[in-house]
Amino acid sequence: MSSNKKYWKSVEELNENSSIVETLKQNEFVEAIPTDEFLGDKATLESSSTTRRDFLKYVGFSTAAASLAACEGPVIKSIPYVNQPTEIIPGVANYYATTIADGYDFASVLVKTREGRPIKIENNTDAATNGVANARVNASVLGLYDNLRVKTPMKVEGETATAISWDTFMSETTSKLNGLNGKAIVVLTGSMPSPSTTKLIADFKSKYGNVSHIAYDAVSVSATLDAYEAKYGTRGMANYDFSKAKTIVSVGADFLGDWQGGGFDSGYSKTRIPSKGKMSRHIQFESNMSLAGANADKRVPLTPSEQKLVLVKLYSEITGNSASGAQLSEGLDLAVKAAAKEIKLAGSNGVVVTGIQDVNAQTVVLEINAYLRSKAFDPKTAIKTRQGSNKAVMQLVADMKAGKVGAIIMNGVNPMYSLPNASDFEEGLAKTELSVAFSMKQDETSTNCQYIAATPHNLESWGDYELKSGHYSMMQPTIRPLFDTKQFQDVLMGWTGKSGSYRDFLKSYWTSNILGGSSFNKAVQDGVFVSGSSSNNGASSSTVETSTTELKDKKDRTFVGGIIHDVAVGVGIKDEDKDEYETTTTSTTVNNVVADRASVLGGGNAARALANSAKSEGMELTLYTKIGMGDGQQANNPWLQEFPDPITRTTWDNYLTVSQADADRLELKNWNVANGGLNGSYVNVTVNGATVENVPVIIQPGQAKGSVGLSFGFGRTSNALKEEMKTGVNAYPLYQNFNSTQNVSIEPVSGEHEFACVQLHNTLMGRGDIIKETNLEIFNSKDKHVWNKVPEVSLNHIETPVTSPDVDLWDEFDRSIGHHFNLSIDLNACTGCGACVIACHAENNVPVVGKTEMRRSRDMHWLRIDRYYSHNESFDGDNKEKDSADGLGLGNYIFGDREGDGSLSTLGRMESPADNPQVAFQPVMCQHCNHAPCETVCPVAATAHGRQGQNHMAYNRCVGTRYCANNCPYKVRRFNWFLYNKNDEFDYYMNDDLGRMVLNPDVTVRSRGVMEKCSMCIQKTQKTILDAKRDGRLVKDGEFQTACSAACGNGAMVFGDINDKESKIAELKEDDRMYHLLESVGTKPNVIYQTKVRNTSKA
Amino acid sequence: MKKSYQSLEDNSINNMKQVIYRNLTLKFLYLGFILIFTFSTSLTAQDGDASNGKALFRANCASCHKLDSRMTGPALRNVEARLAEEENLDRAWLNSWIKNSAGMIKAGDAYAVKIWNEYNKTPMTAFPQLSDQEISDILAYTAEPKPEPVVVDVPEGTNNNTGGASNNLILGALALLFALLAGALVLVNRTLKRFAGDKGIEVPAKEKGTPIWKAFAQNQFLVIVTAIFLLLASAYFVYGFLMQVGMDQGYEPVQPIHYSHRIHAGENGIDCKYCHSSARVSKHSGIPSLNVCMNCHKSIGAVADATQAEGLREYGVDYNAEIQELYEAVGWDAATQQYTGDTKPVKWIRIHNLPDFAYFNHSQHVVVGGIECQTCHGPVEEMEIMYQHAPLTMGWCINCHRETNVKVKDNEYYTKIHEQLSKKYGVEQLTAAQMGGLECGKCHY
Repeated sequence: MSSNKKYWKSVEELNENSSIVETLKQNEFVEAIPTDEFLGDKATLESSSTTRRDFLKYVGFSTAAASLAACEGPVIKSIPYVNQPTEIIPGVANYYATTIADGYDFASVLVKTREGRPIKIENNTDAATNGVANARVNASVLGLYDNLRVKTPMKVEGETATAISWDTFMSETTSKLNGLNGKAIVVLTGSMPSPSTTKLIADFKSKYGNVSHIAYDAVSVSATLDAYEAKYGTRGMANYDFSKAKTIVSVGADFLGDWQGGGFDSGYSKTRIPSKGKMSRHIQFESNMSLAGANADKRVPLTPSEQKLVLVKLYSEITGNSASGAQLSEGLDLAVKAAAKEIKLAGSNGVVVTGIQDVNAQTVVLEINAYLRSKAFDPKTAIKTRQGSNKAVMQLVADMKAGKVGAIIMNGVNPMYSLPNASDFEEGLAKTELSVAFSMKQDETSTNCQYIAATPHNLESWGDYELKSGHYSMMQPTIRPLFDTKQFQDVLMGWTGKSGSYRDFLKSYWTSNILGGSSFNKAVQDGVFVSGSSSNNGASSSTVETSTTELKDKKDRTFVGGIIHDVAVGVGIKDEDKDEYETTTTSTTVNNVVADRASVLGGGNAARALANSAKSEGMELTLYTKIGMGDGQQANNPWLQEFPDPITRTTWDNYLTVSQADADRLELKNWNVANGGLNGSYVNVTVNGATVENVPVIIQPGQAKGSVGLSFGFGRTSNALKEEMKTGVNAYPLYQNFNSTQNVSIEPVSGEHEFACVQLHNTLMGRGDIIKETNLEIFNSKDKHVWNKVPEVSLNHIETPVTSPDVDLWDEFDRSIGHHFNLSIDLNACTGCGACVIACHAENNVPVVGKTEMRRSRDMHWLRIDRYYSHNESFDGDNKEKDSADGLGLGNYIFGDREGDGSLSTLGRMESPADNPQVAFQPVMCQHCNHAPCETVCPVAATAHGRQGQNHMAYNRCVGTRYCANNCPYKVRRFNWFLYNKNDEFDYYMNDDLGRMVLNPDVTVRSRGVMEKCSMCIQKTQKTILDAKRDGRLVKDGEFQTACSAACGNGAMVFGDINDKESKIAELKEDDRMYHLLESVGTKPNVIYQTKVRNTSKA
Repeated sequence: MKKSYQSLEDNSINNMKQVIYRNLTLKFLYLGFILIFTFSTSLTAQDGDASNGKALFRANCASCHKLDSRMTGPALRNVEARLAEEENLDRAWLNSWIKNSAGMIKAGDAYAVKIWNEYNKTPMTAFPQLSDQEISDILAYTAEPKPEPVVVDVPEGTNNNTGGASNNLILGALALLFALLAGALVLVNRTLKRFAGDKGIEVPAKEKGTPIWKAFAQNQFLVIVTAIFLLLASAYFVYGFLMQVGMDQGYEPVQPIHYSHRIHAGENGIDCKYCHSSARVSKHSGIPSLNVCMNCHKSIGAVADATQAEGLREYGVDYNAEIQELYEAVGWDAATQQYTGDTKPVKWIRIHNLPDFAYFNHSQHVVVGGIECQTCHGPVEEMEIMYQHAPLTMGWCINCHRETNVKVKDNEYYTKIHEQLSKKYGVEQLTAAQMGGLECGKCHY
């Protein structure tokens, strides 16, 4: 089943006659070494006075001179501390629990510091709340060492910003604040769920009077907050725990990406690993191909306006409360009905989520989940990490334009970049008497203010954040401020005339308001604090009581909005769930306040309103955020710029994603050029007169016809970024009225764009069985030899599995003694989020090579996440499939699932497999083969095998022949073409003293001309072993970690010692789903994969 | 560079003579002093036994007091006489102060409070266990006059020239002798020739053969053999030269502060890991921060006179000046016994430099392996100035790993792996190499 599937990585590969694919199959390094560049052109050579003999003389002389110069070693000085802090021991890392909170990403993390400087961000496994750091949070440590940070407070006069002292800053701003004569003061911050800061702003308000605090999210979820507030009385977002869901239906919610602040993927992955024959089922309705869609069992592409109708339909199907106005195409109708059926069958094990930014849509979803009494739905612990209100922000801009605002104080926001009507804001800003921007950068906004208050990085600051109601996360500095910076809170305290530091204030505030007798130091040490008495209001707690109401008690299941009827009760509740329900709680009180509030928009009305709002004309654009860039705050972070987007595998860019059909219609093209680089057409995208010009186009398999996608976070222009980082186009001007879906007109323009897309690099070379997958039905019913077949060869006319030692050329190593490391990668649990890629980057000093080098497939990532598209059946079986087509099967064809065997859908599927492909993510790093092909071809024995299962790479021995890379079947070796550190050509972060502070001192910084690759974090395994030796004890299971396995919150990567028979990895090694990549090659890798199981069987 | 061993030996012989000579003078001097001062001291310090007092002083007082300079507490030379003279305080006051100073301060004794304030309100430890007799012994010791500073006669040209001179003399004499002999032979020859001429005997002229170089050049075999020999010899030397490039064995840079490992680790027997404490837990042994120096040097402001003399004589170093340099760097005001906060970090010159791509962990070797520091760093306790003892080449590391047994005793980590591996290799004791200590990736990543 699995091995005869056809996989492809890009649309180009579907073209059988593509020369570029052929070239890439044959050569890893497509281009010849550019000798012309250094030899110059012929004319210059001939006219040169340097003859060949002279040249040789010079070479000889300079070699001799160089070797003589090498005899004298440099004098290296060591400067010890005068008074060494007790907690610092040179060579030993310290870990601090803190929080990364930039208004967009919030995560409780551990920070690894060496010799007092933070070098890596790791997961705080003690933190139950948002404990997993995503790619951006992992990369944020580099922002600390950004050379373009504002180093002192500054005063802006006209075009120039001059450094001033904090004293000057304080006296000037205080006098201006006092001289406002009652004019409004506005404090504009990003989402800042910080209890102590809220208190400080309140104090500020009481001192200055006319102060208003407005929260502003660049990427707004105002509708979600409004809907939740209306229903539950407090501003927040409902929490979801997908580990408790068996059936998930998502309508346009990329809940594995940044939906509702992110952090849902670890719960999701838990139920994606089949255990006892069961796994969750995930149906996704969406227009852009998102991470969630890529992981879905069934994905239905549809336009944003159709999403609204689907949601309405889903609502009426599930609740039985029909809402008119939903007119779907036949195919979609079938799909929704099927989904609704599955949800009803799952009952409380089902959950519905949506990403449509529409109050009605959000209300409908809250109603559905409440109706289902979904176990995964937890409105009690509201997520607090988004606070922005569209209305307030729009009002602010209007007020500023009208000159009503006397002073504006901004912290951590960049409205001049991220507001759709930035010019209005600029106009308003000029009319204020005082404008202060607390910023780390001279960015678009701060350079337009009167004062730039230099703020410290998260890792230099104090803070507290209430991530979910009752769940607090502490922020503590992990390094002394590098520059002359002051926190927003400290300045607020100065303005209100408070003495002492913000830290003291924080401590006293916590002691009296939050801790309730617990130790402050412990809260700081843990980084998290969960208060015993949840600070929730009565409204939401009463709802919880409702959701745990005894099922039999029908009359108490009355819902706000009067949706539920007795008829509906019991629908979709499976027999096995019923017992559970009868044993649950007794309280059935419904808070009247809630009922009143929610009934305003509740239920059917909301659904009807939603259905009416679903109108479409022309192309529909969905604006989204990339997992690698978010809202664009970290655009100057080269790690994130070079991070390949999980779906398109494109770096250093954003682009318009277009479906193949629309691309054909608009005559947009993607094509590969000789060196393997991807080029694409340009278009102009216009919304209501606002045009973004020259947007490059990528043809995205799975993009819904009639829809396009464009990501935020790119196209920044200010001096806060290095030239190299000013990539992509700014999508915010299209974000009108903070609506993430827009009707757009697209106009092709001339020119071609050069992408740095890694998707065609390192092709499969025709070996399709690199991914093994099956579906749940086969997985449960068939023997593992059927769906996870080990390749066989003929030995004396007997078919023998390739894993047998009898068919191996090489003798087996004895690995039974000591440690034997294995890394297991579960293709079911991996969502492709890429946190591991950045963690590997940070841990192993992987250089950033830049866009042009990326385009030449010279990326240096030691760990890549391959993304494969596939279709249900093989190409080989085409004829068979065509002949076995049965009937027309119109409906199945139209809605795009095409799982049926009608001839229309069969032919359609064969015609265009890229319309709605299945997606699989596969992290690939050095496989650490026990019989490694690279080792045998190295002429200098620079790569050698270790007893512990790691394939060693001695850089100092490598002479750069690249034989190993040529002989590696997995294409995981990376060649260092250039010296990436201290090189002006690669001015990313290794070129300045500040940026180099992030380097891990335990890992060599490689020079040019050597091969490098994943070492299985040998520095980490060796450290673990040494610690155990020093303590005289055995290594416990779970102690061995690699950077990637530690960063993976999804449980997709498990690392350990298989000689420890009790360990998790030993168990995984024996798992039925276990397989090795390209087993037939006989390399016997130490990285193992777990076959992907899709829950596509018809239930 | 290091001094050659030969000259050191010469030196010591030479010095021994001087030492004997000087000791004699000193003995006379001391005798004189003792004779003179036994009378004078007995006048003030009534009945105390100064030698017992010295022992008691060392045991009880010396951690805070010195005789001639201020430390945590005041200088105590002639304290009794001074107090009697300046403050009009008697022995009884001193007794009660020594036994319970805090009580006196509490009681509000004027001078007690004054002295308490003057010395940063550091309370003096109470010594109720001292008897009056013992106190008077101590006071007797403090009343001893300050010994005259020892006159150190540094021989001119410091060292190692004298031995060389005598050798030259002998060589010169020998050369002269040979010259005389040669001259005599020539004269004899001439005389014989004259005799022969006189007697009419023809001395046959020697036949001129082919010159030796010509013969050599004509013999192709010899030429080839010589050429090969020369090539091999030069290759040997070139190889030797290239192999020592970047290898700094014997590297002995001049450090900003002359720190003598010989005195600290050798004479005083301080454990290496007292100062280089991170060697136990970290990959770096670490250069001790200056506050570690001050643990001791807060109270050691100067070396013993003999040591000082030795330093000037043998190494040309003023140890006391070096201690002052430390104080300056760490910002310590010896007069007020306080830190000024004005620090100047010391820029030591690093001696042991491993390249970036080689990973070495001190704690692995020191704690887990139980290896003495001297195994790699050489006889540090004899080094006046630290130098690189080992070549620190990869071959050197590997050899040691091949020869050294892993210390597995009482280490649970090794129990199982050692049992299995020793069975596999059929040995009692496993070397680091057998444990996997030769694998590239163990040191290069």
